[in-house]
Order: sequence, then structure tokens, then C-alpha cells
Amino acid sequence: MKILVCVSKAPDTTTKIAFNADGTALNKDGVQYIMNPYDEWYALVRALELKEAAGGSVTIINVGPKENDTVIRKGLAIGADNAVRINSNGGSAMYIAKQIAEYAKGESFDVVITGKETIDENRSEVGAMLAEFLDMPFISYASKMDVAGNTATIDRDIEGGTETVEVDTPFVLSAAKGLAEQRIPNMRGIMMAKRKPLNVVEAVAFDDLVVPVHYELPPAKSAVKLVDPENMDELVRLLHEEAKAL
Amino acid sequence: MILVFAENQKGVFKKAAFEAVTYGYKTAQALGTDCVALTLGSVEGAGELGKYGASKVYNIASEQLNAFDSSVYAAAIAGAASDLGAKVVVLSHTSTGKSILGRVAVRLNAGSVAGVNSIPSVEGGFKVRRGVFSGKALADFEIKSDVKVVSLMGNAIQPEEGGAVVGVDALEIDLPTSRVRVKEVSTVEGTVPLPEAELVVSAGRGMKGPENWGIIDTLADTLGATTACSRPVSDVGWRPHHEHVGQTGIAIRPNLYIAIGISGAIQHLAGVNSSKTIVVINKDPEAPFFKAADYGVVGDLFDVVPRLTESLKKFKADA
Repeated sequence: MKILVCVSKAPDTTTKIAFNADGTALNKDGVQYIMNPYDEWYALVRALELKEAAGGSVTIINVGPKENDTVIRKGLAIGADNAVRINSNGGSAMYIAKQIAEYAKGESFDVVITGKETIDENRSEVGAMLAEFLDMPFISYASKMDVAGNTATIDRDIEGGTETVEVDTPFVLSAAKGLAEQRIPNMRGIMMAKRKPLNVVEAVAFDDLVVPVHYELPPAKSAVKLVDPENMDELVRLLHEEAKAL
Repeated sequence: MILVFAENQKGVFKKAAFEAVTYGYKTAQALGTDCVALTLGSVEGAGELGKYGASKVYNIASEQLNAFDSSVYAAAIAGAASDLGAKVVVLSHTSTGKSILGRVAVRLNAGSVAGVNSIPSVEGGFKVRRGVFSGKALADFEIKSDVKVVSLMGNAIQPEEGGAVVGVDALEIDLPTSRVRVKEVSTVEGTVPLPEAELVVSAGRGMKGPENWGIIDTLADTLGATTACSRPVSDVGWRPHHEHVGQTGIAIRPNLYIAIGISGAIQHLAGVNSSKTIVVINKDPEAPFFKAADYGVVGDLFDVVPRLTESLKKFKADA
């Protein structure tokens, strides 16, 4: 089974977010970047498990500048066989999906996996766009996947429960919690990653149809109002009269 | 024209559908155009969407649409948008919406923004706002294409009734053959699913064990709230996976979020920090959650929660 895993780079979850003075870009001072957790913990690890069980290969792909190579090398250290970076400064979800689709078209992957969303943009758009560009079925928010031959049985998260579906390869999948367990790269993996191929491919031209124009922080929360634990009538009164939540 | 896809579950509209039509209607007013709704598969009382501002409802009744495949749904919605000449397509940011938004956008060659939380601003460009960095910031995006696709975050606006029931027209669209076989749909019955819930009672490790959840259920029942939990609690199996809210679980924005025995790790806050009012009950006054809370109660949850339930019962009896 030939699997493509799409990985992106995102600020670490604990990053304090700040923007430049005119609110047009993230202030990158002191920001620590990581591989997007949904891509690393769930998408990549499930791909590796499928390869270990049935053979094949796992390729990781990233759309971004050279700085992203550290994140890509981590994916190779965890166990991917090879990597591709589409050299670009990124763009809208459709821009990214277009770049990945252009590469994937010629490679006949059986399964293409993305994380369910990135923790910075939270768009969850790329997977569906990629599936449309490649004319493949798309299963979102997968929390379980078993593959037998060319057929996958997948549980996907829906409101208040799960939907179980069956789909034949090739298909695109977005990975949610439950699909796999995080793997920590070991020293051997880290050493081997240095020798694994990382091909750099130039981006194709594609005009963004949507652009960010302004970022801001939400209004600061006023200090918490503490209520006497003996007096829950008072809490109910505040929720009703002040917060209008009841 | 604004085209709103109104989602149904087993033929019954979800609350998200009424929110989306209300949103479509207000967007249409801002743009000086009209708003029509689209329903897929067999639906009860589709004309009711007129009450929320749809001037007409279209239905594509193909049997194929009674089970979900993103390719088929996207073909139906994009096909309807093209046939009707819609300039803005509104979806809901639900599991269905997330699966189809990207496909619809590619099909229509449209710029798209998922999970918007306010009515577009249309002066000097079409701009929409959404949360980014897991709720830690807000961003405005300008959509530059002729046709635009947005999906509306649940609970971002409330459905508003004002209009009358309208007529439903059948629409014929060529659909591709489904490639996804839906085997089973299992959802909890009798409660509002978390992403749609306006009132949420959530509990964490402070509960000490799954056998103690009775007081949480009683509080939620009294309030008419949906129950949720933190990640450690769903990881060890005290509570089902679909109740987990937070970074890796689901993100929600109810009117009221009551967090009980949850310390408030940043990953948990990422999923709930857009809630309108947050109440935190915790015995540790240093719990980080208090910094994100509107109201806090420092005390033993096993005393405080039953007391809160009693006060709520009294309040409901008086109301």
C-alpha cells in the first residue's frame, strides 16, 4: 500500500499568540514550531502501522519554505520512508491542496491522509479540496480505520456519535484522535532520517481566492467573579440576571 | 443570490440549519439580494425554512442523498449553486459541512472560509471573521472570487423567526455514483449533541472515578444541559470519546459552560474558550481555569455541585 501523509508546521500549543502592530501577521518572536499534532500523532502513525502490517511505503509531503525541513525530518525519524517539500511560502487552503494534488496525481497513492485540521488555522478545508482535485472519496475525522485488501472500514466522528463507512482505495482521509497513538522517534530513527530522501519540488502557479486581512486578540476577559461555595443561589442569580445564561 | 444548504438528520432539520438560513438571510440583506435554501434527500416540512428568511426552498430528492458521501453532496450543492446563479453559498460548520466545504469550493472555483462567526462585512470587499490559533485569536479574511463559500460555526448566531412558510420546488441535478458505503450510524439519543448544545456541564479528573458521575448527570438534567468531559477522563474510559471537548476532542461555543473538577490545561481551553459564559468549580484556587472563567467557585465539588442543583431546582420552580 502506497500512502501519502500531508504534514504541516504549526506554533506549539502553549505558544502565547501576538501580532505585529498593524495586525497583518503573527509576531514570530520566540514562537516554537512543531509538526501539527493531528498530522504527527494520528495521520502519520496510522500510515506507518498499515505499512508495517501489509508492506508498501509512506511518503510525507509539506508545502512550505526551507525552514520546514526540521519538521519534515522529524516525520522521517518517526518512520516515513521519504519526503517531498513543495517549495513555497504557503497560502490559502486551496493553494496548498492544489500543490499537493499536482504532486500526487502522478504517483498513484492508495491512501492520502491529512490531520483533521491544523492547530493554527483550524480550517479543516485541505482534505476535502485535495479529494476533489484528485476525484477521490473523502472520509473526514476518522477515529478508526482497518484495511483488508483494497477496502477500508472507517469510523468517523459525527455530532454525538460515530458513522461507520466502507470505501475502496484510492481515497483521502482526515485523521482525528483515536486513529493511532503518538510515537516518539528513537535515536536510530533520528540517525536514519538524515539519509532518507527529501525531494524539493517547485510550486505551481495558483492565485489565492481568499486572503487574511487582519488579525486581533479577543477582548481580554475581566477578572473571575468568585462566588461563596455555600451560596449557590447567588451563582444562579448571577447567571440569570447578569450573564443572562439561564 | 445567497444559497443556504440546510442540513437534516434522518429527514429532520438540525438547529444548525436554522442558524445557517438566518445567517444567509442577514447576508442577503447586507448585499441587497435574496436568500434561498437547499435541502437534500427526503425532508419533513422543508417550507418551514421560510420562517428564518428563505424566500424559496429547493429540494433534490434523489435516494442517493439519504446516505452521506461528500462527493455526491458536493456535486448536488455546487450543481444547484451554478444552476441558480448563487454568488454566496452558506454551509454549516458541522461534520457534514467540514466534509463538503472544500469540495464545493473547488467545484465552483470559489474562495472559501470555514467556521465563520459573524455576518460578513461587505463594504470595500467581502470580509468574514473566524477564530484562529485554536480560539486564541480572531482573523478577518477577504474572499476575492466572484462566487464565495462559507460555513457557519455552531451557536455563533441564534436562529431568528420572522417570515412565513414558503413553497418547495424540486430541483434535478446530475449526481455522480456514490463511492462510500455507509454501514452504521450510531448517535446518542435524547440529548442535544455537544456542538449544538447551548448549555454544557463538563467534568474532569476531580471526579475521582466514573461511579461519581451521578451528580453531574443530575445537574445536567436539571439544567437541560449536555454533558462533556476533559481529555484524561475520556482517555481512561470514564466517559465516552464523543464527550471529550478540547484541542484534540471537539471545539464548542455554548452560551454556558460549567467546568467541574477540570484544572483548565491550555489544550482544554482551546476547545471551550469561545463559550459565552464560563463557570469553574474547583477546590484548587490556583487552577489555571479560573483565569479564563467568568464565575468561579472554590470548593469541594462533591458539596458544591449538589448544592448548585438544589438552587437551580428552586430557580426553575419559581420561574
